Amino acid sequence: MHKWYGKFHVLKDLNLTVEQGERIVICGPSGSGKSTFIRCINRLEEHQQGQIIVDGVELTDDLRQIDIVRREVGMVFQHFNLFPHLTVLENCCLAPLWVRKTPRREAEATAMEYLKRVKIPEQAHKYPGQLSGGQQQRVAIARALCMKPKVMLFDEPTSALDPEMIKEVLDVMIELAESGMTMICVTHEMGFAKTVADRVLFMDAGEIVETAPPHEFFSNPKEGRTQQFLKQILHH
Amino acid sequence: MSNTKDLPPPKTEIGVVGWCRKHLFSSWHNTLLTIVVAYFLVTLIGPLLNWLIFDATFSGTQPSDCTGGGACWVFINQRINFYIYGFYPDPLQWRIDVMFVLLAVAFVPQFIENFPKRKWFGIFGLTGLPVIGYILIPGGHFGLENVPSSKWGGLALTLILSYVGIVASLPLGTLLAMGRRSDMPIIRGLCVIFIEVWRAVPLITVLFMASVMLPLFLPEGMNFEKLARALIGITLWQSAYMAEEIRGGLQAIPKGQYEAASALGLGYWKKMGLIILPQALTLVIPGIVNTFISLFKDTTLVLIIGLFDILGAVQSTITDPAWQNVTTEGYVFVAFCFWVFCFGMSRYSQNLESKLDTSHRN
Ligand SMILES: Nc1ncnc2c1ncn2[C@@H]1O[C@H](COP(=O)(O)OP(=O)(O)O)[C@@H](O)[C@H]1O
Ligand SMILES: [Mg+2]
Repeated sequence: MHKWYGKFHVLKDLNLTVEQGERIVICGPSGSGKSTFIRCINRLEEHQQGQIIVDGVELTDDLRQIDIVRREVGMVFQHFNLFPHLTVLENCCLAPLWVRKTPRREAEATAMEYLKRVKIPEQAHKYPGQLSGGQQQRVAIARALCMKPKVMLFDEPTSALDPEMIKEVLDVMIELAESGMTMICVTHEMGFAKTVADRVLFMDAGEIVETAPPHEFFSNPKEGRTQQFLKQILHH
Repeated sequence: MSNTKDLPPPKTEIGVVGWCRKHLFSSWHNTLLTIVVAYFLVTLIGPLLNWLIFDATFSGTQPSDCTGGGACWVFINQRINFYIYGFYPDPLQWRIDVMFVLLAVAFVPQFIENFPKRKWFGIFGLTGLPVIGYILIPGGHFGLENVPSSKWGGLALTLILSYVGIVASLPLGTLLAMGRRSDMPIIRGLCVIFIEVWRAVPLITVLFMASVMLPLFLPEGMNFEKLARALIGITLWQSAYMAEEIRGGLQAIPKGQYEAASALGLGYWKKMGLIILPQALTLVIPGIVNTFISLFKDTTLVLIIGLFDILGAVQSTITDPAWQNVTTEGYVFVAFCFWVFCFGMSRYSQNLESKLDTSHRN
């Protein structure tokens, strides 16, 4: 698929098939189009050419198709984007109640279950503003999971966090990956990529430059741009 | 545990003496200013209080009872019924009283911190109350005798005008604000035109158009009451202001909130109703209350189309030849009525502001 912002060709001829249960990590320099790419998958951005098919449903201008896809695709943002006027529990129940029409009791039970999985059930009745960044991001993950999505998208979920909080979020993501969830993660956490990824994608200037399993990607990158990028990132 | 003991503050910083020294007499020019201001306060407030209270006459029934040299509140006492109810028939005035009580029930809890379920009282005030008023005040249904709107007046009319203006312009203004931020160019264009046209017109022009010009354009036989026309004019005019106020709130909501709501699969109306508007409206409540206060005072302009709101009612009685020189009493009374309501609204918005402040901090 292709995407332009005005005249600017931001995504160039991207081609990717993700199998069920697959874990994809996307990395690449800032501005290379990683966010734009995964935001196309749930139509937060629209593409102009080519096809995006999610679980058999093609994304077009048709609002009903978009709704169907968004219901099955969970997303976690860099800046959490929790709803500050709702409690943690209400944040988690909102979409199941209003989109899936789950009965309240069931929605709350599910929400508590996922809050336990992200290890913060005791914060359920607090407001997002009362939690730390790491806790907020874990709530955001639980909120997305409450919709029982088939795919989870992560857009740099740890890059707005203080170092000591990164681990608690990554632990939750690793656990999620091990449970068999299909995941597409934009992240620069190479440890995470090595542990769970099935494939690592390297993007630069709107193109997918290289795709490889993690051990190959890190030990034996083929493209010059990838080598350069890895050198920079591993130096940190 | 810290091992420095808490010390009491230095003596001069506390108590009346300390406060006065710090704020009133900290330097020679501050002292001079204090003395000058105090002199004016004493010379002005003394006579004012004398006129308002100490020399004023409160009880009696006729002009000759007013002998004290101060205000003649007897006059207001005698006309109070007209000032509150206008020409609303005496035996049916209980209906207006019911509305006053309901108004208090809906809004007094809003001033009491920790009042149980006070939000619901407020919601009743914005939804149930207008419906009850719509049935009760004009009557004509459920065996209630009809009272034509030409008989409404006084404080009741002032409240009806501003209340309808407020309650109806809130949803309309919200829709206009949403329309102005819509992706659809036609809807956006229409909303912009509507808002900018109405905002550019003074209310007095709107009222004049509604009462004099509108009947000329309407087809024969399709003419509705003067009050209804004034209400429509006020509502549309107020909606335009409300829309701009609310648009400010919408703009303050980060893009991430829209995206997170969309990503969860919420459609446009659910996204707005559950996520965006609750946050945006809370942000702009102080501004909204401000426009309400303006509207409340602006309703006095209905005088020019011949409706007798409280100001009109009072004005029509102060020229009574039987009572001499009661003009001041009349206007002071009107001012007092307006002050009570506007002060109430202003306190409410200040309460909220301080509460919002704290919730934003954590
Ligand atoms: N709304 C937009 N309008 C125009 N250009 C944009 C917009 N959003 C992003 N871009 C541009 O698209 C490119 C890719 O952005 P992004 O996907 O956010 O990169 P990444 O997430 O890889 O850092 C950048 O050059 C950015 O400046
Ligand atoms: Mg990005």
